[in-house]
Amino acid sequence: MSITSYSFLLFAGLLLILYYVIPRRWQWALLLIASYAFYCFSGVKYLGYILSTTICAYFVSLRIWELKRRQDARLKLHKDELSREEKKAYKAAVKKKQKAWLIFALLFNFGILGVIKYGNFVVSNISGLFGASGEDLFFQLTLPLGISFYTFQTMGYLIDLYRGEYEPERNFFKFSLFVSFFPQLIQGPISRFGSLSKDLYASHPFDGRQVSFGLQRMLYGYFKKMVIADRIIAGLTTISGDPSAYTGAYVFVGMIFYAIDLYMDFSGGIDIVIGLSQALGITLPENFKRPYFSKSLKDYWHRWHISLCNWFKDYLFYPISTSPAMLARAKKMKAAGHEGLSRRFTVYTATMTVWLSTGIWHGASWNFVVWGLLNGFFLLLSQELEPSYRRFYERFPRLEKNALWNSFRMVRTFLFVSLLCMFDYYDSVSTVVRSFVSMFTSFRLSVFWDGSLLAIGLSAVDYWILLVSLILVFIISRIQEKGQSVRGLIAARALPVRVIAWYGLFLIVILFGAYGIGYDATQFIYNQF
Amino acid sequence: MDTLLEILNDLHPDVDFETCDTLIDDEILDSFDIVSLIAEINNEFDVNISAKDIIPENFNSAQALWALIERLEDEE
Repeated sequence: MSITSYSFLLFAGLLLILYYVIPRRWQWALLLIASYAFYCFSGVKYLGYILSTTICAYFVSLRIWELKRRQDARLKLHKDELSREEKKAYKAAVKKKQKAWLIFALLFNFGILGVIKYGNFVVSNISGLFGASGEDLFFQLTLPLGISFYTFQTMGYLIDLYRGEYEPERNFFKFSLFVSFFPQLIQGPISRFGSLSKDLYASHPFDGRQVSFGLQRMLYGYFKKMVIADRIIAGLTTISGDPSAYTGAYVFVGMIFYAIDLYMDFSGGIDIVIGLSQALGITLPENFKRPYFSKSLKDYWHRWHISLCNWFKDYLFYPISTSPAMLARAKKMKAAGHEGLSRRFTVYTATMTVWLSTGIWHGASWNFVVWGLLNGFFLLLSQELEPSYRRFYERFPRLEKNALWNSFRMVRTFLFVSLLCMFDYYDSVSTVVRSFVSMFTSFRLSVFWDGSLLAIGLSAVDYWILLVSLILVFIISRIQEKGQSVRGLIAARALPVRVIAWYGLFLIVILFGAYGIGYDATQFIYNQF
Repeated sequence: MDTLLEILNDLHPDVDFETCDTLIDDEILDSFDIVSLIAEINNEFDVNISAKDIIPENFNSAQALWALIERLEDEE
């Protein structure tokens, strides 16, 4: 069930009514039933995947906690008998057992994800090495709904628990809700147990303002997805469908269109998810902070898909870079007189590992591997250039606050990330390279005014709708960037203004959403991850 | 404490680490800085700051970081 479908709206509407009608102590149970019902709509055959992750994580979380509980009890009982060294050795032995359980759970769950998501990619590459076509793959599996998102969220929970950050959830059904909470099954955000569980299990009295703010955010998400993303995709499909015909200026147009499409599609979907959750009284973490206002690549990755970036930072980047083995190696390098190398070793290794993993997370293809490595490379390069930037701004201190200069930095960063997104847009690395080169070798400026762009599946009306919609999103984003709430500002206005604003947006979605005969909204790009 | 301030000043000469207590909240230190800092602290003080210790409360000020180092030295 797509969240842009009528059946979803009916589903969400019924849920909202029931949620605020039933006794509040059963609200969480209703959410669990709704989540599993939603999951079943995507295919009952996939239930086994989410159930096996839930059962495995639940069992392991209790084991890890039980070991800690026994350790504390024993240390308390023998407080005066055991020496400091004995206590330390005992704690280390318990930690080792906990670690074994954690590793088992990580291998089991990431193993499932790996086989389903990457099995064919690995097999086709191996068979390619031996000269086989790789077409007769040994299995054809469709990705179960949200598997990357719920696997990452649940493994984050186990790692936090292993680190002693909180106690496990002992109620199996409540824990199941944490794993399967349906709005975020679709495309995240990836939440932390500490913050999400409080809202999931609490009782929520009806709060008109929260419900209306949530619904308004959903409406804005539908606007981004259906008026902008689903419209622009027609032009994109034409350009990427025939890369040998659409070269030069078309590649540039496709690159910009794809960057717009990706943001409107993904952030629009997240708006719907966060909006619906807000209407249910549940706060989910923000996943975007106006990423196309970023002034550097580093800034961009603090604003785009924030929950995934935080996951990789907390559970991969820091553990790798602070591991005793890495620190010992860095220390040896310093002792051998390689101070510069020692300083860079941990950061470089962890960064490239994280970006390789981020690339692979996005999809089983060489495109994403190259995309991830390029991101890592350019982030490290800009880190290396940091002292030069600092000297530059010391010499030209007024530039840092100069609006024109900062606009230039934003445009530059936008073009750069759009360029990297071409690895997602085209189907192979070689096509990306050829298309990129063609931007410099066969760029025909007349494409922009000779009517060529009206022959890629978008009419003049489409372009006007896109332009006005993008200006609207830009204005809203500018207000948000100043730290103001657009919904709050509208809510403070007189009734006619509020009615015009929200019914106006509703009508825009109804009238200008990209519908057609036998319409079925395109699947969200991040659904496939 | 002086050695720690020296390490911090090398990392960001433009920041007053003796008074600043929002190093993480105001995004003065990013993840690259934190990792470089941990490696330097490991070199100078021979303590291992692990991933679970990387929370804003431990890194928001030089004093908080110093308290973490002392705690870890005690544990080891």
